[in-house]
Amino acid sequence: MTIFSGLRGITRGLLADNKGPWGPSGGGDEPPPSDPPGGPSGPWGETPRRRGRPKLVSTGETVSLDEFIRRRFDRFGGGGGLPGRSGSLILWAIVGLVVLWLLFTSFHSIAPGQRGVVTRFGRYSSTLGPGVTLTLPSPIDRVKKIDVENIRSIDLGSASTEDLMLTGDSNLIDIAYSVRWNIRTPELYLFELAQPDDTIRQVAESTMRAVVAQVSLNDAMGDKRGLIEAQVADNMQRILDGYRSGVQIQGIAIKQADPPDAVNDAFKQVTAAQQDAQSYINQARAYALQLSAKSQGEATSFDKVYEQYKLAPDVTRRRMYYETMEQVLSKVDKTIIEAPGVTPYLPLPQVQKTVKEPAQ
Amino acid sequence: MTDYVRRHPILTAILAVLVLTLVLSSFPIVPETKQAVVVRFGKPIRILNSYNPRHPIGGPGAGITYRLPVADQIVWIDKRVLDVDMQRQQVLSTDQRRLEVDAFARYRIVNPLLMFIRARSEQQLQEQLKPILGSEVRNELGKRPFAALLSPERQGVMENVRTGLNKIASQYGAQIIDVRIKKTDLPDGAPLDSAFERMRTARLQEARSIRAQGNKTAQIIQAEADAEASRTYAASFGKDPQFYDFYRAMQSYRSTFIGDAQNKPAPTTIVLSPQNDYLKEFTGRPR
Repeated sequence: MTIFSGLRGITRGLLADNKGPWGPSGGGDEPPPSDPPGGPSGPWGETPRRRGRPKLVSTGETVSLDEFIRRRFDRFGGGGGLPGRSGSLILWAIVGLVVLWLLFTSFHSIAPGQRGVVTRFGRYSSTLGPGVTLTLPSPIDRVKKIDVENIRSIDLGSASTEDLMLTGDSNLIDIAYSVRWNIRTPELYLFELAQPDDTIRQVAESTMRAVVAQVSLNDAMGDKRGLIEAQVADNMQRILDGYRSGVQIQGIAIKQADPPDAVNDAFKQVTAAQQDAQSYINQARAYALQLSAKSQGEATSFDKVYEQYKLAPDVTRRRMYYETMEQVLSKVDKTIIEAPGVTPYLPLPQVQKTVKEPAQ
Repeated sequence: MTDYVRRHPILTAILAVLVLTLVLSSFPIVPETKQAVVVRFGKPIRILNSYNPRHPIGGPGAGITYRLPVADQIVWIDKRVLDVDMQRQQVLSTDQRRLEVDAFARYRIVNPLLMFIRARSEQQLQEQLKPILGSEVRNELGKRPFAALLSPERQGVMENVRTGLNKIASQYGAQIIDVRIKKTDLPDGAPLDSAFERMRTARLQEARSIRAQGNKTAQIIQAEADAEASRTYAASFGKDPQFYDFYRAMQSYRSTFIGDAQNKPAPTTIVLSPQNDYLKEFTGRPR
């Protein structure tokens, strides 16, 4: 109660000072007598009187703001919780507002992954971790919440547009990549860089070009990508640390590293040539396998036969001879001619026919 | 007093607001991101929150301060790292090749008073630095061959540009932190086209050489296989050349006259004489 009455005194003082303009609109009858001494207040005093009167005509001779308030309050029935005429509704409202203000600006709930940067009259004082923290109220302490865990991503270059870079062998490459970063030190991030996002973008572009300019086109398109990514991330971090940016580079991802459209056909031909070369080699390998199998097979079968042949050379030789002749001669047309010199006169195709017909 | 307030509420209110503004404006707040020069009737008298590399953030400088209302003006100057972009321009290397270059510099105003006296505003300072950056870059790159612009030596080039630019920037109370080339591109038109053409021909050459290499490897594989086979044959057949001759002849007759599943020989007629070795028993004559 004592606190409230103290506050009441203060607020009443404030009211008399600041809410002064209410006075004339409420007590429109008062100013005129005081008009002559206060020159500038003259026009002010009159206008509200004319405007205010229709509204307040019923209360007629209201003398002061407090009394006006009291009357209205009485109409609502009762003097509220506070004794006397000062327990006014407006006072309560103002007290409530101030309390709310204090509550809202002194308690800060920082989500996990956020940090609160506190400035006291503009000067950095501390960084709040996650949780609910109490600070001085607003005009003194201000808290800016910064998301530090959230990893942001900047895309540079895109699949649709060509973003050509010169490689070390002065070829051109169309590259698209993204930079992932987060805030490591929120106060540095807030206070050290004028345009943090722009800066990161420019540094990324500059670094990527510098690194790509040191590798050959084939390396940039091929297996050195990971190396390039790591190197760019490293260099970027160093440069951004030089700016005291408070930014942590999480990584670079090269999404696309292609030859420019204008020479794409030629690059496809290289791929085609690689496949051709591979197919030549595959064919040669197949031939080699086939030949090796064939030679081994033939050699082995000769060896087997030869083993038998060695046991009985003459007989085996004759047997093989007859068997072969049998097979050969049974499948072909045969003509046996007794006398030498007849051969030319025989119409051989005819002979063949006559022999074939009975067979059918 | 209260009586006066009651009788002149409007006048009092105006006075109160006036006093409040006066009081508030006498105690300006210097944020961490700004430096300030307090100017009294055009004469700088104090510098607030001046950049000092040894002072961490939150050190003395920023915060609430004071000034004489009306008499003192406060000129705000950014304390953060600022950026000046060079316009894209063509650079001619010593070997007469053109390159389109895009660069940027990062700087910080370290002497706000000097900067205020010489350049008046940040905007002006930037306008001053921009053409100088351009010409420094052009001069420095123009001293080098094309290849050097792409090489790691580029870092040294940038260091030279930085020193050159810093000399001028320090006259304005600014310090160049670094200068970087953002883009080095071939200009559109003939240079770009010829680069494309060169890439294309290089690729075609590569394609051809890949094919030739493939051919070569294939031939070597085949030759090795042939050699291997012939070694196998020789090892086996060499044991008895005469028998091999006979054996192979038999195989040959078979495949010539009978063929195999895939190869049917043309119909053959064999004319034999009774003296043939095969028919020697046929005639019944004694041996």
